Parts: sequence; C-alpha cells; structure tokens
Amino acid sequence: MSPNTGNGSVYEEGTVEAPKRNCLAVLVDNEPGVLARVVGLFSGRGYNIESLTVDEVDHKTHLSRITIVTSGPPMIIKQIEAQLGRLIPVRQVVNLTVQGKFVEGCLAYIKLIGNFDQRDAAKQIARRLGARIVDTTDTTIMFEMTEATHKIEEMIDALRPHGKLEVARTGSVAMASGEAVLELPGAERKTA
Amino acid sequence: MQKATAKAVKAEPAASPSQNPAQMTGAEIIIRALIDQGVDTIFGYPGGAVLPIYDALFKQNSITHVLVRHEQGAAHAAEGYARSTGKVGVLLVTSGPGATNAVTGLTDALLDSIPIICLTGQVPTHLIGNDAFQEADTTGITRPCTKHNYLVRDVNKLAATIHEAFHVARTGRPGPVLIDLPKDVQFADGTYQPPAVAKQSHYQPQTVPDRAQVERAVELMAASERPIFYTGGGVINAGPRASELLTEFVRLTGFPCTSTLMGLGAYPMSDKLFLGMLGMHGTYEANLAMHGCDVMINIGARFDDRVTGKLSGFSPNSKKIHVDIDPSSINKTVRVDIPVVGDAASTLEMMIAIWRERGYKAKAEPLAKWWQQIAEWQKTDCLKYKQTGGIIKPQYALERLRELTKDKDTYITTEVGQHQMWAAQFLRFEKPNRWMTSGGLGTMGYGLPAAIGVQMAHPDALVVDVAGEASILMNIQEMTTAVQYRLPVKVFILNNQWMGMVRQWQEMLHGARYSQSYSEALPDFVKLAEAFGGVGLRAEKPEDVDRVIAEMMKVTDRPTIIDVCVDAKENCFPMIPSGKNHNEVLLGPGEQAIGNVIKGAGGALV
Repeated sequence: MSPNTGNGSVYEEGTVEAPKRNCLAVLVDNEPGVLARVVGLFSGRGYNIESLTVDEVDHKTHLSRITIVTSGPPMIIKQIEAQLGRLIPVRQVVNLTVQGKFVEGCLAYIKLIGNFDQRDAAKQIARRLGARIVDTTDTTIMFEMTEATHKIEEMIDALRPHGKLEVARTGSVAMASGEAVLELPGAERKTA
Repeated sequence: MQKATAKAVKAEPAASPSQNPAQMTGAEIIIRALIDQGVDTIFGYPGGAVLPIYDALFKQNSITHVLVRHEQGAAHAAEGYARSTGKVGVLLVTSGPGATNAVTGLTDALLDSIPIICLTGQVPTHLIGNDAFQEADTTGITRPCTKHNYLVRDVNKLAATIHEAFHVARTGRPGPVLIDLPKDVQFADGTYQPPAVAKQSHYQPQTVPDRAQVERAVELMAASERPIFYTGGGVINAGPRASELLTEFVRLTGFPCTSTLMGLGAYPMSDKLFLGMLGMHGTYEANLAMHGCDVMINIGARFDDRVTGKLSGFSPNSKKIHVDIDPSSINKTVRVDIPVVGDAASTLEMMIAIWRERGYKAKAEPLAKWWQQIAEWQKTDCLKYKQTGGIIKPQYALERLRELTKDKDTYITTEVGQHQMWAAQFLRFEKPNRWMTSGGLGTMGYGLPAAIGVQMAHPDALVVDVAGEASILMNIQEMTTAVQYRLPVKVFILNNQWMGMVRQWQEMLHGARYSQSYSEALPDFVKLAEAFGGVGLRAEKPEDVDRVIAEMMKVTDRPTIIDVCVDAKENCFPMIPSGKNHNEVLLGPGEQAIGNVIKGAGGALV
C-alpha cells in the first residue's frame, strides 16, 4: 500500500507539507485482537508504518506498550494520533517526536557466513561499532547489537562485503527523556 | 436439606431451591442483560449458533423479537429503530453467513454514527479456527466496520461485556458494536452481573468542552459580519435537547443556518433562518453562503466530501469553528481555526450562556447586508421545476406527499439515489429523529428495513420509505416482515425505470452512454405488493398523486407500495459537480453542457 501523504481529501492530490518521521508510544490493553486493531487502522486508512514493536509492560494490569515509527506531514500525524485514540483498548497515545527529547533504539541479530578472514574482518567491524559476539561455529559468527537504527544500518552495510548475511531486528523502542512517564490517565481523562 | 430448602423458598419464592438467582445459562444472561439495558425490541434471524438464545427468548415476554428475512434487513431495522428513538438498536444473527450478511448494515451504522448492538452466534470455542460449519472470523471481518467488537469466551464475563458494549455504542460518537457469542458459552452456566455491579468501562470520552475554546468561538461569532451555522448529524445524536439549544442559539443570534443531509430536522426546516440543505445537491443559497461567509460555525458535521466539494476552494475566506465529539474529525480534511471537542448539547448550552453573560449582539448592519445577499441568492429559486403535461415530476410527487402528510406524525426513511436527494430537498423536517437516510455509506436497500424499525418503535405514526424502483429491490424481501407484524409502512416509489443517479452521472460524465443503468425487467409493483399480502397502488398521471397518497394513509394494518411513475429524464439539481467549488454549482438542465460538465481530474472522483 502506498503511504497516504495527502491531506485526507478525495479532491486534492499531492501533499501540502513534507512528510516527517515520527515516533509514537501507545499504551494499550493487552487483549486479543488489539494489535490487529492498530495495524488494521494503519492499513485501512493508508498510513505508513516504518516499524512497530510491542510487548506487555505491566503484567498486573495487562498493559502493553506499542512503539510505532511512522511518517507523514504534521496534519496526517495528528490524524493518526486521534484515530489511535479512538480505539477502545488504546489508553494513551504520545508522540515522542513532538513531545521533546527521547531515546530510541532497536535490537538486531546479524549472522555472517564466511571464511576465517571474512569472519575476522567482521569481528573488527563489530568491535569498532559496539556489537557483541553471541554465537560462533566453524563457518559462522553472530552479533548482537542494541543501538540507534542508523548505527545498525551502518553495521549491516559494513559487514555486507564480507560474506552472506542474515539479519533479524526488532524495530524501534523509545522512551521520553526526563520525568515524563507514559501511564494510565489518572486525574485527566482520555479525550477520545 | 429440608431446612435449607425452606429458607431458600422464603428468601426468593420464585427461585428454585438452593440456587443462586444470579446463576443462569449464558443465553439467559444475554436476555437478562438486554432487559436491564432497557431493550424492548430486537431484530433477528435464527440459526444453529444462536439456538440457545432463541430458546431463552421463547421463555420470556419482555423483549419483542422481529423476524426479518435477511440479516442486512435486521441491521437497518435496528438503525431505523435507533435513529427514530435515540435508543440503542439491537440485532441478533447467527454465525457465518448471518454475520457476513450484517456487515453492510454495520458499516452503514459506523459511517452514520448510529448506536446499534449486533449479537452474533459463533461456533463453539473449541471449534474456532477449524473452518467449522457456518464459521467465519466475525470479529476479524467486522473490526474495521464496527466502533468496537468482542468475542466472549468466558460465560462469567458475558454480562459485563454486554453492559460495556451498550456503553461504548451510545457514548461519545455513537456507533455499532458487535458481540460474538460461541455456542458453548450460551449453554454454559455462569453468574449474571447487573449493570450497576459490572466494572465501569475506562471509555469515558470528553463531552463537556473546554470553556476557554468556547469563549474564543463565541467571541469570533459576535465579531462576524457574514456568519453561517453549518450543522450536522452530531446535533441529532446529542439528543433532542441539542436541537432545542441549536434552535434557541440560531434565533438568538439571527445567523443563517444550513444543515447536512444527516442533520436535517435538528433545526426546523420551515424557519426563515434556515437556508436548506447544503452540499452536492444542496440549495444555491446554502452553498453560496458557505462559500462567502466570514465565520463558519460547524456543529456536529464532519466536512464530508459531499459537502465541501473541492477542498482548496471550500469557503476560502472564512474563519472556521468546529464543534465535534470526536477529536479525529477535527482537522481531518479542513483546517479549522477554533476546534472544540465536546458534544453538541453541552457546547451549545455553554455557547448560549457565554453569549448572554457577555451581552453579545450580532453586528446588525453587516448581518442585514448578509441577509440581503442571501435573499438575492434565494431569488434564484434553485429547486424550481415545471409540472407540465401528463407525466408526473418526482419533485411534484414529493411536494404533494409533504402537503398531504404535514399534519401527521410522520417519519421518513429513504433508499439511495436521486429520490433520496429530492426527498431531502422537498420534504420538511421540523423535528429531529424524523429523517432516516443512509448518508455516509449510501446503502441502497436501507429504507424499507429502516422503516420497519421505525414503525416498530412508533406503531401509530405514519412511516414512509421514499424509494427508487432499483433500490427497493435490494431488500424487497422485508415486505414479508412488515406483513407479519402488520406494520403499515408506506413504500413510496418514484419509479423512473432507471438507476437515476447513475444515469445522471453517465449523462454528465460519460457522454450519455447509459451502461447498465436501465432496469430492463421491472416487476409490477402493485401485483408485487399484493403477492406479499400488502396493498399496491399506482399513480400514472399528476392527478393520481393526491388520490394514491390519500388511499395509502387509509391502510393501517399492512404495508403499502405506491408505484409513482415519474419522468424518467428528470435530473437532480442544483448539483455541484465533483471536484468543483460551491460557487460553480449547476442550477438546471439549461446550464449543463452535457458530457462536458466535469473535465479532467474531476472525472476520476466519486
């Protein structure tokens, strides 16, 4: 599906503002179908998902936290936030990019299949870029890396000439800097 | 044992000995929950996966079940019931095809924000995912076409889920909610929780608006010179009080008021401050006033593409206030200057209070000039038509319907197409909840089942489905339902033998190549009505119209089909062609260069 970059009108073509990468943190009830609701919203309305990660973060209250990286002009991003807020199991939506400073990273496993020299070269690249060796065999070496997305890209690009690669990566997780906490609304009510 | 039995009998004479009265089967819990939610009527169709619920229905007298002939009919009937009463409508259908047949109705309710609850049967929990007989992934299929849905796997969560479903359906921006009920859960024994005991839902949307925003809005209104109220279905959904407040506020300010298709009746249409409906087939004065205004006050409307036309040319020089209960409606397509999140009634109440407290008055001189301008536009008489010769004009038939039913307690439903737009233009709605039409989804086949839902809720009222001969055939089977329950609904067909709106677009856009829009073989609607056990009437000449309307109103115990043979060539005007601005409206056949009206990119638009 092509990303919806317009202003939502069936009568206008093209985009008014340039699309921008945004990182959203979403707190949801961990119930069956909740991920399908979120993903279906994005595909149904033609929004773009660059990455999505999810896991339960509070086992007592069964709350999951979804981190979604999306891109679009500001009007569409606001629309995405409002549409997410409309889903019943969605409890909180925060746009970390708009809110302020935040940290963002993802986890990657990268396996290289190659001869001794190739594996040795890979080791040196890993040392330079801060990846850990987590598994080795006679012909392979596997790295684990927890870093910002562009650093992982850099690692993959650097390794590519040295053998056959397999890559598994999580997509971004992110958290706001400072005392801001994404939690259930207490005194203030959700406005969706 | 003996003692215990005696005790139990004393405490609860009706209950069987040593049994907790809150203990019952899932099916009984469902019925009990519906009763506690105030449901008196449900629309449904039985099948294997809902037999336990139908068995529980059989053993009670609180809820009337209306047996429809197709599940789509059940959904639209529930919508008609909901829209004419302000209550939540309920339908009960079986698994698989029962659920998939209801999907159109659910989508219709989603787009028009109508609160309905759809109960669907499901195969037993242990068979889910096995491609069992009449199994469908109902929650999966209906996720995008409901406000929310549930699959209940635990009988002890059943009551709380149903109560929450009603809360979600009617709270905030209303909408359809589906509950999927596996058959084993219907049979299992569980505990019933009444609504007061069930855990409160976290879903509590904001209904009271932010006062500072409302103050800014009212300030802007007071400073306006060419204002207009643009009101929508949100006013009707906020309850009759919102319509009263709207009427009060419009009259207090003396501003002109227009309404979307969905909002008709929220403001009395015969009032002199009302400019008629706006949008693609709205009045000339309403659309030009929208185009030329300096302050637009949108209450509960959503800048639908049928209203705005080309966005870049939509009301280019106005400051816009948008009151909506759904934050996602704000700034979705049109950027507004003052967004207000709140329901129409609370917001209007606050607006009136602020207007009064601050002693605001409309700027008399500019407003008078604005009204003069509007009066100029009104002189165009954009809805004029000529009833000449021996062929009935559809507009004439509707005007006669309006005249001859104006003293009656009347509810109107429609199908979709030209007749629907003419009905919106030529009928008059003075009160909310009197006009039921498929606005957002444009569902042909909506009107007859919706009329059945309305008539069930208002047995003594005059309920008319204004129909086209093509639309009516999409749910004609519901005639049998109307006959079974002796419902005197009137199906008023404007029969032009064409899918009129399709034909009109083909004429304007596709060089008058009428591809598949002519119904080569139509039934004899009079005989059809009689075959169903209803009454059939036909008007072929203008002088027949009054007679058939008088005759249809005499029928009180069965449905009537009125086949009004109208001019097949008539088009619906005014019309803003797709992709055009409000000030580029076509007023009538004289103005159109056929086949040439919509050029270039506009032709690709719907």
